[in-house]
Amino acid sequence: MNSDMEQRIDTLDLPYRTREDLKASLAERDVTDGEFDLILEMVFSEYRKSRIEPCEAVGVVAAQSIGEPGTQMTMRTFHYAGVAEINVTLGLPRLIEIMDARREPSTPTMAVYLLNDWAFNRDRAREVSWQIEAAPLHEFGDITIDMENMQVLVMLNKAVCDRRKIGVEEILEAAPRKIREKRHFRDFEVEGDPKKVSITFTPKNRESYQNLFQLAEHVRHVIVQGIDDIERVVVRKEGGEYILYTEGSNLKDVFEVEGVDTSRTRSNNISEIADVLGIEAGRNAIIQEALSTLNEQGIGVDVRHIMLVADMMCMDGEVKQIGRHGIAGEKESVLSRAAFEVTVNHLLDAAIANEVDELNGVTENVIVGQPIQLGTGDVKLIAKPINLKI
Amino acid sequence: MGTSLDVLNHEMVPDHQIMDEEEVADLLATYHISLEQLPKMYHDDPAVKAIGGDVGNVIRITRDSRTAGRAEAYRLVVKRPKK
Repeated sequence: MNSDMEQRIDTLDLPYRTREDLKASLAERDVTDGEFDLILEMVFSEYRKSRIEPCEAVGVVAAQSIGEPGTQMTMRTFHYAGVAEINVTLGLPRLIEIMDARREPSTPTMAVYLLNDWAFNRDRAREVSWQIEAAPLHEFGDITIDMENMQVLVMLNKAVCDRRKIGVEEILEAAPRKIREKRHFRDFEVEGDPKKVSITFTPKNRESYQNLFQLAEHVRHVIVQGIDDIERVVVRKEGGEYILYTEGSNLKDVFEVEGVDTSRTRSNNISEIADVLGIEAGRNAIIQEALSTLNEQGIGVDVRHIMLVADMMCMDGEVKQIGRHGIAGEKESVLSRAAFEVTVNHLLDAAIANEVDELNGVTENVIVGQPIQLGTGDVKLIAKPINLKI
Repeated sequence: MGTSLDVLNHEMVPDHQIMDEEEVADLLATYHISLEQLPKMYHDDPAVKAIGGDVGNVIRITRDSRTAGRAEAYRLVVKRPKK
């Protein structure tokens, strides 16, 4: 093959991969111009055959192709993935979750990738994990309730603070602030002593023991280091580099942590991805999550069906669920909406709003008993009266 | 603190480009469609903000397709509707 032919291939109206494959398979061969033309002709005819035909009901085919294998999926909800004990929802419940576009998956997890300086050193990877994993105050020292003086005493353990790379001053500042902001408990006074590494909490109401114990509970569980939503972090070595797997997801805050690779880190929360990285990333997330859920169960579904579903879900700029509150609920036709769910409500609302059904879709035409506009039903024949003698 | 986030660098975000008016006219002519028939994306979408797109722009998205290798898609930037 000469460079002239290569240029001709580049200008062809064929998908990128087909062109590259064609170039690769012809690269080492001697082909004459005549043979080349013949090859192109055959490639084009094959390509035309492989394309979906006009008026083909791709949505129905996609629904069947995902639905039928879906019946074979296990109903088992919980599964421990790999060696690290991170619990993730898999199987049918996960697939339903993806299609329903839930704001929050039942088991949100993230895979946090690290930059080069952190990814190959276990201790440095651990440092990043401390910045991410939510750590309550009781992990940093002893908390005692002084009932005589009506106080909650916190004696910080300097060694633990040093190991987890957090200064005593930071804790002194963060603990009372977080109790007020995140736990919405304000009736206390605080006194910190950086020299003795202790903090004293005193409730405003000094008469009530209940109040004191309530305060102690808040002090014990206030998150002073890490990101609130991330309950657990597991460091795992994969392909030579350390990756952090988390229970709980908060992409936005994790991206701000030093050492995190902001180009590879991902979450299994699709709507979070769509919010932080944009709708196109959301579309990719739907495809990847759905495909990996199906493949994990040993079910092979062609990616085209899933791509169609993902395209429909992301059509309007935000992730919409497949169902009453999303795609099916926003259809133009009244009859089509009524045929799906909550029939009476839709008919009633449509009657009140004086809606008109244009009968363009499939469902509504089946309901009224007309040919549907699909396949041969979409083609109209007009006869030209030539030599017609009546 | 930390590394700054550039959404366009993330591996899940495909290439976004603002199309000029001529390209948009060509696009609409090839597919015999009106502007409103294009898929949408919101003006506050992180990727739109990163490339400086505004309401009314058409964005060309070059996706890594699993079937075609590389595929182009187009989205019209619209204002996010108020809830």
